[in-house]
Amino acid sequence: MRNKFDEQLELLNDDLIEMGSIVEGSINAAITALLEQNIDLAKSVIEGDRDINEKEKDIESKCLRLLLRQQPVAKDLRLVSAALKIITDMERIGDQAQDIAEITIRLQNQKYIKELVHIPEMSKESIKMLKGSIDAFVKKDLDLVVQVIQNDDKVDDLFNIIKAELVEMIVESIDHSEQAIDLLMIAKYLERIGDHSQNIAEWVYFAITGEHYVGPK
Amino acid sequence: MSKISIKKMDLYYTDFHALKNINMEIQANEITAFIGPSGCGKSTLLKSLNRMNDLVEGCRISGDILLDDEDIYDNDYDVNLLRKRVGMVFQSPNPFPMSIYDNIAYGPRTHGIKSKAKLDEIVEKSLRGGAIWDEIKDDLKKNALRVSGGQQQRICIARALAVDPEVLLMDEPTSALDPISTAKIEDLVQELKKKYTIVMVTHNMQQATRVSDKTAFFLTGEVIEFGNTEAMFSMPQDKRTEDYITGRFG
Repeated sequence: MRNKFDEQLELLNDDLIEMGSIVEGSINAAITALLEQNIDLAKSVIEGDRDINEKEKDIESKCLRLLLRQQPVAKDLRLVSAALKIITDMERIGDQAQDIAEITIRLQNQKYIKELVHIPEMSKESIKMLKGSIDAFVKKDLDLVVQVIQNDDKVDDLFNIIKAELVEMIVESIDHSEQAIDLLMIAKYLERIGDHSQNIAEWVYFAITGEHYVGPK
Repeated sequence: MSKISIKKMDLYYTDFHALKNINMEIQANEITAFIGPSGCGKSTLLKSLNRMNDLVEGCRISGDILLDDEDIYDNDYDVNLLRKRVGMVFQSPNPFPMSIYDNIAYGPRTHGIKSKAKLDEIVEKSLRGGAIWDEIKDDLKKNALRVSGGQQQRICIARALAVDPEVLLMDEPTSALDPISTAKIEDLVQELKKKYTIVMVTHNMQQATRVSDKTAFFLTGEVIEFGNTEAMFSMPQDKRTEDYITGRFG
């Protein structure tokens, strides 16, 4: 019974995985472009954001069609509404990758004031969170959800380390200040990507349990 | 205190165990919906609430059904009074083959009201209560069978209201009606619950989510889950409820 509906829910899963991997590719490319000062790659990230926006609209209209035609209840309703929220967060992550790429283009002719060590590490951790949250959605895995949420602390810690370093660089020489602020922005975008991934994980938690995630007391 | 309190109730049709250990508290001024696949016992329980099963041969009931704390299956309980207090509306509209006016006045007359002025007042008040007065106030002498199905059903609701009941039992009251009439009845029951306690059997899940405060899910004579409608349709506690309301079995 409801084979057709179950099929459509499966397709929705596939769509979310696909959008997740496009967004993940976009963060990866943005950070690679930054590290290698590869302007073509940075431009491709900016252009690629259109695909992410299209994908969001496509999944959104599929969700609305499911609500309209299948009138889901219980776990089905939670799943479709969680999907609607998740794609909004993924779209925002795409925007932040694009923002990083724009800064990369702005910095194209400058030598970096320091070796970028923590920024790639931050991006690795944020991507891990994004992948984990989508994985948790597909597998309906609560343990994974909690791991993702806890991982956000790591991302926040890295942000604070980067911030402290950049403040030192500015104190050292006022000439560093403009680029330091740009790099701080990049770190902030990555920190936001971590937050959006945490949001996704929290929506997965809701889809599975019917309750909103309340962290450890 | 609950309006209706069902305690450890079992019902048999000869050897068939149709309702098993039912325990349920039905609150005043709420709409309670009974859902479940055909043959699960929901209409049987509904009919037990005003002892309509008394007429079914081989029907045996144990346990208690209390209306305002009084056992309606007590030997001394006045069944006529019970049916005045607990009215019923059926699946297909079943007006009597007489005028609209006489349909509504039928109950009050059997309870001894003769005054024309009093009857006029009851007819108007009941038809207003049934949200149909404005449509048919100039046609009260018309045969009730000669209006639309949706109007007939509201006349039947008005007829149930005419004896000033406390509880209204509705057995799939909109399943024979078009969407517009269905919407009118759904709006109407929302109004009616302010004054009455309503128990409704429905096969329409969306209707249960739209109108009811509480929902009971029945399966093979048992109440599997009973609780707040919103909670049940967003986070059912029992896998069987989940499977049924999401349309995966039943």
